[in-house]
Amino acid sequence: MHEHDVLVVGAGGAGLRAAIAAHEEGADVAMVTKLHPVRSHTGAAEGGINAALHPEDSWELHAYDTMKGSDYLGDAPAVETFAQDARDEVIQLEHWGMPFSREEDGTVSQRPFGGLSHPRTTYAGAETGHHLLHTMYEQVVKRGIEVYEEWHVMNLAVTDHDDVEDRECHGLVAYDIASGEIEGFRASDGVILATGGPGQVFDHTTNAVANTGDGYAMAYRAGVPLEDMEFVQFHPTTLPSTGVLISEGVRGEGGILYNDDEERLMFEYGYANNDGELASRDVVSRAELTEVNEGRGIEDEYVHLDMRHLGEERILDRLENILHLAEDFEGVDGLEEPMPVKPGQHYQMGGVETNENGQTCIDGLYAAGETACVSLHGANRLGGNALPELLVYGARAGKHAAGGDLGEAEIPTGPSAQNEASDMDAAAEIGALDAGSAGVAADGAAVDAQTVIEAAVQREQERVERLLEADGINHAHVRDDVQETMTENVNVFRREENLKDALADLREARERYQHVAVDDPSRTYNTDLIHTMETRNIIDVAESIAIGALAREEFRGAHWREQHQERKDDEWLKHTMLAWNDGAPQLYYKPVILEAEKEYEPKERSY
Amino acid sequence: MSTQLEEQKEEAQPETESPQERRLSEKEARAEAKERERRAREEIREADDSVTIKVFRYDPEVAGKEEPRFDDFQVPFFKGMTVLDALIYARDHYDSSLTFRHSCRQAVCGSDALFVNGKQRLGCKTQMAELDGPVRIEPLPHQDVVKDLVVDMEHFYEQMHAVEPYFQNEDLPEGEYEEQKQSPENREKIKMSTRCIWCGACMSSCNIAAGDNEYLGPAAINKAYRFAMDEREGEVTKEDRLEILEQENGVWRCQTQFSCTEVCPKDIPLTEHIQELKREAVKSNLKFW
Repeated sequence: MHEHDVLVVGAGGAGLRAAIAAHEEGADVAMVTKLHPVRSHTGAAEGGINAALHPEDSWELHAYDTMKGSDYLGDAPAVETFAQDARDEVIQLEHWGMPFSREEDGTVSQRPFGGLSHPRTTYAGAETGHHLLHTMYEQVVKRGIEVYEEWHVMNLAVTDHDDVEDRECHGLVAYDIASGEIEGFRASDGVILATGGPGQVFDHTTNAVANTGDGYAMAYRAGVPLEDMEFVQFHPTTLPSTGVLISEGVRGEGGILYNDDEERLMFEYGYANNDGELASRDVVSRAELTEVNEGRGIEDEYVHLDMRHLGEERILDRLENILHLAEDFEGVDGLEEPMPVKPGQHYQMGGVETNENGQTCIDGLYAAGETACVSLHGANRLGGNALPELLVYGARAGKHAAGGDLGEAEIPTGPSAQNEASDMDAAAEIGALDAGSAGVAADGAAVDAQTVIEAAVQREQERVERLLEADGINHAHVRDDVQETMTENVNVFRREENLKDALADLREARERYQHVAVDDPSRTYNTDLIHTMETRNIIDVAESIAIGALAREEFRGAHWREQHQERKDDEWLKHTMLAWNDGAPQLYYKPVILEAEKEYEPKERSY
Repeated sequence: MSTQLEEQKEEAQPETESPQERRLSEKEARAEAKERERRAREEIREADDSVTIKVFRYDPEVAGKEEPRFDDFQVPFFKGMTVLDALIYARDHYDSSLTFRHSCRQAVCGSDALFVNGKQRLGCKTQMAELDGPVRIEPLPHQDVVKDLVVDMEHFYEQMHAVEPYFQNEDLPEGEYEEQKQSPENREKIKMSTRCIWCGACMSSCNIAAGDNEYLGPAAINKAYRFAMDEREGEVTKEDRLEILEQENGVWRCQTQFSCTEVCPKDIPLTEHIQELKREAVKSNLKFW
């Protein structure tokens, strides 16, 4: 068994930042990641990192913009901590050598981004994530932090108390992809989940193939509630053929959206009379799809994003990477012609419920970055707020897990924070096919670390044996079905009957998953096995999104519901919580916190 | 085909260009020619509707795969199909044990550098239509094969780690939210070097690295360049870095064959960077080994 003080699962931005913070706090920290760190999808982030660095800007304005962007579903303590800490984090990155784009006087440049009242997005060309990822990995190398690379984390080792809030996380079980060994890892101080987003739940996504929502699924099955999973960001500018992202930076620099009639759609049809192309992402995505649905789309599929008027010099200076992406993945020269774009799944606002210190309701289990829901982004994330989030909350989770003092958190977690049960009828069965036997065992069994981890290792060994020995279907077909129904039924525009169809399809996928088998018998680099295990996670995460979307009968942020075309603050100013409940999921709600240092009065959200 | 034409183009370049500019513009011209060919072939392929890939297979512990072999897969062709798309299709529809690394599918994670029709390329960034069929897909040469198209990257990572690949400056500004200053010109100077995605294509293409396991290789030297040329680190650190690069296995092993520059998917002028470091080393008056 491997033993460390702190284990970080995933080595993208949040994981790297958490590991560095834990190390600085004096902990023996190790990272366990199914990829090599520099392969992580943080590297694909393009636009930038928001931080109120300018003397005329302030953390209060950043917090206000973020809360407005969240459509008042962010929790004030999370939003304020974020806006305050983001400034230090960006400067810290610069001190670690991050190659930010610069002004003539040598200071870090900041550009306008959607939904921001001040230009506060720092950036490094249109490849900010790549530089952030590499800069932090360099610091991990410098510190000699141990990295178990290409180790797939299969499950957490959590005690089996009946009450989730009594449970403790002692470690995890991981599979060495190169050798096929399954081993236990003990974490005496904490496990931090930083596994990124779940984009592979959908088939048109900016996310990597590796973004299968492993962290959400593992925490969920261990008993941590998933929060606000219905809030999925569809980015308005992705390339139609592949889903490759075209940065909001293009619009930030002045790029314009045109429909098939060459009208500037954002103004022509009144989607955002003030901010136009720089309205919040949910607003722009709906605008584009409305154009397509009303017959003004190009080839009935997409709209045009034009940046030619910015001039070659400015484009090469600030957006060069966009030219390469458009050329390589869509065959379009952005200097000569407008780029085709359409909305694509991009980011999961919801996630594993945590407080401002990254803690979940299970002692010793943390989450950070996209995997977590603290809740900072609420119903809609602003562009440029994901990278500072993974810095701020990665650092806090790492520090807290290693024993650092961050003060008492204000955000309550766990089922005890519930203030309202749900009586929603899902119309389909959800959760485990065999509820009760899934996940943890009965209360009263052993709870000491050694026993818990050994039992978890044994369960995973049996699972792998089963998958390798059985005859059955290829998981890829099940995964395709999930992606198809989610993209068809749980997209930008959501209708009750479609959501119910999705849940029925997901039930069927879950049943078919019972019959998957791994053809490749090898212990060496068996990606067939890894992908098969991932697909189970995809099913659980997809279901949580569809259930949340069906439950929330209002229109807030990225969540649009037919026949519920307004934000209903009286009824819905609350978080959707979904607890696995040992295989029989329970839906409940907890209140939003709109007051911390400042008070945030819900206002009409217009751009 | 076009070999003759390319040579003529090379000669036609004005002499005032620096070697770096010349090579990059040649690369561009080749890319344009390739693009024309690609379009032409794409039309043919669309009519044809399928392509054949010949994929290297090897698994040390599976009967029938211990001896390396090539498997043919015929996959349906669509416009814009990449080598990675073809591999994924073959895996998901014909043989789920077909093994290769991939993740972002947009040329930034650096997972899928492969040896395609005799050249190091990223699978996700290489259009099937620009390749002669059947398309031969092999693991990167000069690295141990783990299984099928997966190679052992350990040596590559060790070399990257050998050049102290992290920013070093103890003299940081102390003001509230105060950054170190860097001129836009200096940022521009290191820009290309910071684009490396650690795919290993350059190392695999380098004859010197193939024959000498100790040579740092183009990617690691480029990483050192990224810091040595960054004005924020200061002169003393730069001297330290040049000392590492000057050692027996450093910059002087490079024989300027330009194969690394040729295959780099991010168009980093690697050979130029190595040459520049040689000049810097001489300037700083350090001894040769």
